[in-house]
Order: sequence, then structure tokens, then C-alpha cells
Amino acid sequence: MTIYLDHAATTAIYPAVAARLVEDMQKLGNPSSIHSLGQSARGMLESAREDLAGVLGCDRNEVIFTSGGTEADNLAIKGLYWKATNVDPQRNIIVSAYTEHHAVIDPIEWLEKFQGARVHWLGVDERGVLDLAELANFLAENSSQVALVSLMWVNNETGVLNDIERVVQIASSYQVPVHTDAVAAFGHTKVVFLPGLTAMSLSAHKVGGPVGVGALIVSRAAKMISVQQGGGQERDLRGGTMNAPGARAFASAAVLSAAKVHDEAASRQVLLDYLVEEVSKAIPSARFSRGSAPGIPDLAHFTFPGCSGDSMLYLFDQQNVCVSTGSACTAGVARASHVLLAMGRSEEEATGTLRISLGRDTTRSEIDEFLATLPAVHAAALKAGLTA
Amino acid sequence: MKVLAAMSGGVDSAVAAARAVDAGHEVVGVHLALSRNSGTLRTGSRGCCTIEDSMDAQRVSALLGIKYFVWDFSERFKMEVVDDFIQEYEAGRTPNPCMRCNERIKFAALLEKALALGFDAVCTGHYATLEEHDGNLELHRSPATAKDQSYVLGVLTTEQLKHVLFPIGAESDKATIRQEAADRGLAVAQKPDSYDICFIPDGDTQGWLGEKLQEEPGDIVDRNGRKVSSHTGTHNFTVGQRKGLHIEQPAKDGKPRYVLEIKPATRTVVVGPQAALAIKELGGQRFTWCGVAPQNPEIPFEAEVQVRAHAEPVACTAMLRDGELMVITHEPILGVAPGQTAVIYVGTRVLGQFTIDRTVSAVSPESDE
Ligand SMILES: Cc1ncc(COP(=O)(O)O)c(C=O)c1O
Repeated sequence: MTIYLDHAATTAIYPAVAARLVEDMQKLGNPSSIHSLGQSARGMLESAREDLAGVLGCDRNEVIFTSGGTEADNLAIKGLYWKATNVDPQRNIIVSAYTEHHAVIDPIEWLEKFQGARVHWLGVDERGVLDLAELANFLAENSSQVALVSLMWVNNETGVLNDIERVVQIASSYQVPVHTDAVAAFGHTKVVFLPGLTAMSLSAHKVGGPVGVGALIVSRAAKMISVQQGGGQERDLRGGTMNAPGARAFASAAVLSAAKVHDEAASRQVLLDYLVEEVSKAIPSARFSRGSAPGIPDLAHFTFPGCSGDSMLYLFDQQNVCVSTGSACTAGVARASHVLLAMGRSEEEATGTLRISLGRDTTRSEIDEFLATLPAVHAAALKAGLTA
Repeated sequence: MKVLAAMSGGVDSAVAAARAVDAGHEVVGVHLALSRNSGTLRTGSRGCCTIEDSMDAQRVSALLGIKYFVWDFSERFKMEVVDDFIQEYEAGRTPNPCMRCNERIKFAALLEKALALGFDAVCTGHYATLEEHDGNLELHRSPATAKDQSYVLGVLTTEQLKHVLFPIGAESDKATIRQEAADRGLAVAQKPDSYDICFIPDGDTQGWLGEKLQEEPGDIVDRNGRKVSSHTGTHNFTVGQRKGLHIEQPAKDGKPRYVLEIKPATRTVVVGPQAALAIKELGGQRFTWCGVAPQNPEIPFEAEVQVRAHAEPVACTAMLRDGELMVITHEPILGVAPGQTAVIYVGTRVLGQFTIDRTVSAVSPESDE
């Protein structure tokens, strides 16, 4: 049997959500149509919006459904940036960190390359914790030129939990909008639309919903323009026929996973602590990447000196264990992790990484099976060395 | 056997992998990521390093029902092949990067990693054959003379030969391979072959080198040391080149002059008549034997030498002398430049190879007067 420990990449859809989705997809009607079938579809969409808003403690009008986390990140960053520079061309600095997901880094670098944006990448320490003193200092000096701050809630590679409340506090005092990518946080820690936040990205397939659905929560007060025009659906911020069944499925999964976070946080932490401890016992040279930094209980990221991530991945796969190196993949290439490099680790260290991410149904015996394969995998990977 | 099929995304390696599966091996497909910033789509005939190539290899693996992985060798590739290429040009030599890649990456780094991870062999889509004689493995030319790739495999050592498979190596005709790929439903059946250097994006080697190397002006001289012109950097020249010399005064014989030698130490480019390009003797200190070495290589023996991938082999007398593997050709040969690899054949068998670091012209300088 396959042991799947890559839930941070994507996790299983809740069976009840899938069943309902299949049903809903067979219902006729465009939410924008005036007739009764259109109105039913609209009802499905709006019920989803309300449920998601309920989970997040926001106004239902603040929920903008998108095609996923990546689109939500693009909309937030470009929409906030363009609005800010449109009002004041001098306001063209984006503040972020290089530990972000590519869905955030890439649009920022694109704005830098093609739209004249200036970027200030904040430092992080070797555990991956943001330097918020630097944020405060930078804003104190430059806030009149800052278009937005974009910092993720939880890091998808290391599981580090950022102090987003503090980020919002700092930025709010300078009236600088804050976007947070909460894709890796949602379903793993309590996520609400914090007062003062401008925008927050979410993705359904990370919380037991379908792939290709997400949301950007946009504060009513946000000054933002649309990126994709065409029909003005979704509060004029996102044109295109709305995916009512997908939104419905996302909202249902969100409700279920939020309840799980509430009920099971303690037991999941026990499981993670066990995993981390056993890995360190089996392989003393292994390093738990986030160290003492606060983190989510469903994700453990390690570096294994002298091993390359792709060797370990191959060897685990031979044992029917699915794990990840954690770093971004282009066509399946495991590269040195940009997150670890940003944390000041060497290229070599950033190559020998492994991310183990637990799902809602992961059991201790699955962890044990993973642990049982680890020593042999590690020994062989060590022998294969860092050839890659 | 547990076989790692190295898959470039091209038709040859696809069919090779398919045949390895048919032969009953336990096959895993591996694509080598060699470039740090690979392009998205293939442009023309260049290389095998785009994402499209990787996707093609993955698609073939899925159709063959084998697992597929991408292994990142970009760091090694940069150090051992790309940087080596630049250094060789800097040193006035003309390297063959595909050969280096086989020597250092495909049949070294990849093979070592494969063996460490529990594989028995690496299989590729090269056109060359392995024969066993008296328990010893030998590398031979492919019967498909036009496609024969034994030259670029000349760097393989005895140990490496034990762990390689060339399932399409004996195929006499590329069309057969394409047909087989089509019959197997592999979408790469009609994919064009790659010819150019994979890491030079638009095939403009001189332009690419110009960006990497400093312009260092120097003299263009004739074989007797007389300055005939000047240049902006030795990397703009390769031995045998005729165009772009910008020599004002015509040669005494009125015939065009060619680059004969590049001396980076003094930044001099030596030119002379075409006849002087003819080489009668070449040798190199860096050599390997492919399969079992001759018992007394110091005793001169009759062989053939080939100096480029698609050059005609030339009859020669070969020998090991003062730590140098060298050949004296029976007839002068053209198109020889230091840095190239000379592969020595006995009949169809690849016997060994050396990187050329010394050549002797068949025509003496005095005759230039
Ligand atoms: C932190 C983070 N942001 C954004 C994304 C992209 O989300 P999606 O796959 O829905 O486009 C991911 C998923 O890989 C993620 O982990």
C-alpha cells in the first residue's frame, strides 16, 4: 500500500464533498442568468460564499472566488500594486520575503521586471522566522512609497507560522495594505480574516476541496483594481463565469477542515513531535528545518547533509512512500530550495531536503512505516552522495 | 536487471527504453536536468534540456508503464561541461562538449548515482554495439554507418562498459526506429534530431563565448612569425577557419589563408595556406582505453583514427610513447584541432581515445615562403 505523506502538495478531497460536487456539476444554470435555473445556481454560489465567510469571520462580500491560490496571489499583488501606483506613481515598493511561494515571488518579480516596481525582500533567520523589526524600520522610513506588504501566514515548505497579526499591526500604523498567502495555513492553524488585513489567498485543494478553486478575501476597504476583466462578476474584481459547484465544494471542505483544526490540533502535534523525534533518533545528522520556530502540526521539513533530495525521493518511491523535497518543481526537477537558501543555508544543504506533510487521516502506523524505510533510504542516498 | 533508462525526450532513447522493458528488465526512466534556466519549448534542433523535452520523456514513460524521475545534474554539468568548454576555448582548443558530457555526466555521475541507488545498468539510445569476446566487453561501431555514435562513446572505460545497454545500437536505420516509435504510439516518433550544442541557445558559439570571455587583442601571424593582421580575442577563431581574418595584404601565392594554430599565452593566431592544415601526426597525454587495453601498446600497431563525430576514419599507426597516446596517419588529415578527441579503432572496435594536445603539420613552414 502506498503511504502518502505529501498532503501539503495536495490532499484528498473529502468523499462527501466529492459526491456533492458530482451532483452539483450536473445541475444546469449560470449564476448570472436571470431565470430560475440561474437563480438556483446563484443560490449555490452565495451559500458557499456565506459559509466560507462564516469560517473566516469576514463579510460575505469580501469573498472573491478564484481558480485557485495562484490566481488569488496574482490578483492581490497586481491589483493592489496597480491601484497604489495609479493613485501615486511614487508608491511603487513591494515588501515581501524570499521564503514566499512562487505564486507570490513570481508576480512580484514580474512587476519588477515589466512594470517598474521596486522590491524590498525582508530578511529571515536560519529558522525561517521573518525579521519584523526590519519591517517596522523599513516602513518607518519608506511607508509613503510602499504599495503593499505581502507575507505568507504559514510557509508551505518549512511549516513556519508567521506572526501575521504583528505584520498587520505594523503595516496598519502606516496605512500600508497587507496581503497574506494563507494557502498553507488554512486547515492547519486557525485562520480568520484578521481586522486590518487587506487581502488573503486561499486554495481549496489543500483543505480537502477540489483543485482549481480558491478565493481571495478582499477587505471592503481595500483599494484594488481587477486583473482579469470580462463581465464584472465577483465584485468587479474578477471577470468570468463563476464556478458555483466548485465554490460550494470549497466552502464545505473549509467548514470540515476548520472544525478539524479546532478539535485535533493537540493530537496532531503529538504525532508530529513523535515523527521529529524519531527522525532525529534514526538519523542524528538530520536537521529539523524550522528548529524552535512556531509552526503547524502537519508538516515537518528536514535537511539531510550529504544526501540529495532526488535520491531520497526516488528511494522512498521504490518503497511506495510518497514524500517531497518541498522545493518548487518545474517539470519534476527537484532544485535547491529557494526557501532554504533565503534562510541562509548553503546550496548543498538546500539540496538535501525532505518534506513530510500529514493529512487529516494520517495515522501513527503510517508514520512508523515511513520511519522503518528511512534508515535504508538514507544510507543509500548518502552513498549516492550529492552527485546531483 | 534493474535498468535506468536515460531519457532525453527524443525518439532514440524512447525506443531504447521500450526495448529494455520488452527485454524483461525492471526499467525506470530518468531525465537529466542539465540546464539551470531551461527554456519552455524546444527551438529547432537544439539539445534536450527544455521542459518540453522533459515532458516528452515523462509521457513516453507513462505509455511504457515505467516510473519516471528527473534528476538534476545542472551543477555538475555546469562545472564539468560548460565551464570546461569555456576553459578549453580560452586555452585555444576546440572541445567536444557532448563527449565531455558522456565522459563526466551520463556514464560517470549518472551511472555512479544509479549504481549507488541499486540499479545494475544505464541504458541509452546511442547507436553503437557491445560485443563480448573471451569474457571481455568490447565497444563496436553501429552497422548504421550514418548514425554510428561509437565515436562519442569512445570515452567509456572497461568498468563502465559493464553497466551500459544500447538497445537500439545495432539498428541499421533511423527510419526503423521512428517507425517503431510510431507503432508503439509514442508521440516523439517524428521529433527532429538534435545536433547543436545544447547549452548555447541560438547556436551562435562565437557570440556566446564572446559574452563569457574577455576581449584580449593580439596579433595574427604567419607560420614564420611575421605579423599579418590583428584581432580582438583568440576565442573568435577555431583551427581551420578561413572567414573573418581581415587580412589586408594578400598572401604571396594569392591564396586564402586559414587559421592553423591558436596560442592564447601570447594571444597569437597563426595562419597559413590550406595545405598546412593537413596533419600527419597527433597525440595526447589524456587518454583512456575502451575495454581491454592492448598488451604492448608501446609497440606500434595498425589502426584507424577518427577526429570528429562525423569524420571519415583514417588509417594510421598508433602507439603509446612517453606517456602519450599518438598516431601517425598514413595520409594527411584535415579538420584536426587541439582539444578534439581522437578515437582509435581496430576494425569496428573502439580501442581507446585521447584528447588531442599536439599536432604535426604535414607541410613545413619553409614551404609557405
Ligand atoms: C503557499 C502556497 N501558495 C500558493 C499555492 C498555489 O495554490 P494553487 O495550487 O491553488 O494555485 C500553494 C500551493 O502549492 C501554496 O502552497
